[in-house]
Amino acid sequence: MALPQQKTDLTEARIAALALPEVAGWSEPARKDALARLRATGLPHRRDEYWRYTRPESLTSPEAEKAAIFDAEEAPLFDGQAQLKIVFVDGVFDAEASDDLELAGIEIERLETAAQSDIHWARGLYGSLETAGQTPVARPLATLNTAYASDGVLIRATGKADRPVSLIYQHRDETADAMLHHVVRIEEGAALTLLENGPGAARFNTVMEVEVADNAAFHHIRIQGRDHERRAATHAFARLGTESVFKSFTLTVNGVMTRNECVIELTGDDAQAHVAGAAVGDGDFHHDDTVFITHDALNCESRQVFKKVLRNGATGVFQGKILVKADAQKTDGYQISQALLLDDDSQFLAKPELEIYADDVACSHGSTTGAIDETALFYLRSRGVPLAEAQDLMVLSFLAEALEEIDDKEIAADLTTRLAAWLARRRS
Amino acid sequence: MLEISNLHVKLEEEDKQILKGVDLKIGAGEVHAIMGPNGSGKSTLSYVLSGRDGYEVTEGSAELQGADVLDMEPEERAAAGLFLAFQYPVEIPGVGNMTFLRTAVNAQRKARGEEEMSSTEFLKVIRARAKDLKIDAEMLKRPVNVGFSGGEKKRNEILQMAMLEPKMCILDETDSGLDVDAMKLVADGVNALRSEGRSFLVITHYQRLLDHIKPDVVHIMADGRIVKTGGPELALEVENNGYADIMAEVG
Ligand SMILES: Nc1ncnc2c1ncn2[C@@H]1O[C@H](COP(=O)(O)OP(=O)(O)O)[C@@H](O)[C@H]1O
Ligand SMILES: [Mg+2]
Repeated sequence: MALPQQKTDLTEARIAALALPEVAGWSEPARKDALARLRATGLPHRRDEYWRYTRPESLTSPEAEKAAIFDAEEAPLFDGQAQLKIVFVDGVFDAEASDDLELAGIEIERLETAAQSDIHWARGLYGSLETAGQTPVARPLATLNTAYASDGVLIRATGKADRPVSLIYQHRDETADAMLHHVVRIEEGAALTLLENGPGAARFNTVMEVEVADNAAFHHIRIQGRDHERRAATHAFARLGTESVFKSFTLTVNGVMTRNECVIELTGDDAQAHVAGAAVGDGDFHHDDTVFITHDALNCESRQVFKKVLRNGATGVFQGKILVKADAQKTDGYQISQALLLDDDSQFLAKPELEIYADDVACSHGSTTGAIDETALFYLRSRGVPLAEAQDLMVLSFLAEALEEIDDKEIAADLTTRLAAWLARRRS
Repeated sequence: MLEISNLHVKLEEEDKQILKGVDLKIGAGEVHAIMGPNGSGKSTLSYVLSGRDGYEVTEGSAELQGADVLDMEPEERAAAGLFLAFQYPVEIPGVGNMTFLRTAVNAQRKARGEEEMSSTEFLKVIRARAKDLKIDAEMLKRPVNVGFSGGEKKRNEILQMAMLEPKMCILDETDSGLDVDAMKLVADGVNALRSEGRSFLVITHYQRLLDHIKPDVVHIMADGRIVKTGGPELALEVENNGYADIMAEVG
């Protein structure tokens, strides 16, 4: 089927502003393949069903819109935490600010340099989970990324890392348009926690492909930065082996455009996939969680827990799907998406979906939109907590269920404390 | 301490008059009890005094130590020394009991221009008060009232009262749903707080609680008014004969 001319124009205009890396090494075939796929699908258009609630223009335009640099005036998150830091400034690796890429049981390399070696574990993986994740729904921004990503991190865990690998994304140039592509492979029995923090650029397109082998565990905790004007399209593609664990949590505060896509395939029995998100935004804040979890093995568990707090006309979107294939008996699938609207101007658009072909499964989903519970608010105030503080407590109360999805209780407590401070600051 | 005069209250959303001229005067250090049939307006009185939305005062006044409480925000009333132990304590998932209490204690101190309580001091005090009420450390860490039994919720109310050290304590059916042991704990908690500078308004259905918390004055409320006032013997009369006799007597 020929692509509508409009889509072709849109796509060609975007890629005209980009160039494939001069020396792409082994990633070259995957990039060229991606480019061909992108030309066949075209970039998302606002009339695409999958982009019904989120306008893609600012993510597909040839140039990124300017985003003011935001000074957080606070210690960076995870500062007290033992971690291996890898810093990207506007999508460009900053060797000086980064630690040596050495961690026992973990191989870490940059995509840009690793692609030059002949033999590499990531060679067959780069772009492969992204490709698999294109059906049944196309995710052209991820394809664009596979073709044009300037850099990224390749992480292979063969043992249990003694501290998290921490990707820190800084934004310094108001018009920076960055594209990073990470590939993670957790080998059998290995375990890794990956932290991501920061806005990354004025416009940030990321892909993370994660292969979790049998009995392996991957934990992911991400904070998307507090910048108001940034735009981001992020994609996580994961494939899970037998008895493996994948847990991802994202905290988003501010940002005019965020689309977080997560595509997970449970291919080994008894695997667990948990995806959670907490988002807080105001005004022109637009935040979209799009999740697609496919159960293709026995006795797997998946959870989606998404909470959004919206104010002053902010928009929250949730498109979440659980697909249970015919052979995925004993699936335990759970999905909840909730919005707390702090006024009548804000809106939450949710499209929860279940598609089940197995007969012996337990799947549930729910989506709610509500205001702060007046009785609880009165209870707090009757104890002397001023209205604004009481509202903040109710916001934290609402978000707690998502934050509880973080296994590391210390990190969860840190994030809650930080969130409380941010809430307090935004009303001062 | 608390002086309520000719208080008339209707629902904000509906044309329904609930309090029809309540007069009540509670001196410093006194314990008053209000008894009355269901639906007579006891909870409404406690809510209006503590500032809950949804009610409209159409006439009358309520003063706490000479200050017009009806004009204050709920948090201002709390800082001024008013406390309501809820008939149905509210669950707040995700907010630790301890965090909640510390926020409340310090918010009140701040409002009064006092210094905040340090976390060590706070811990010391709350541990001691919790122990008296047989509230264990685990319950302090749990989210406010979530998963608490009926008795635990009521004890938690008394713990909050003990921590906030209010001057005017209103207890709305704190005894309902409690077994004898739990009621004893609650009553002991209240009695421990009795002092010259602190007054209590105990709303209850049962004489039972008043065996433990000995009131100075007992009021009977019916259809939005205080219809009879007397000593502790009035509670016994209600216990033995129900409200019918009194209602007949007052017409
Ligand atoms: N928010 C409300 N909405 C509707 N009716 C109410 C509300 N609050 C109180 N009422 C009514 O007012 C009357 C008094 O209620 P309440 O104060 O709870 O009595 P009590 O505590 O003495 O049992 C009852 O008829 C009750 O139904
Ligand atoms: Mg009542």
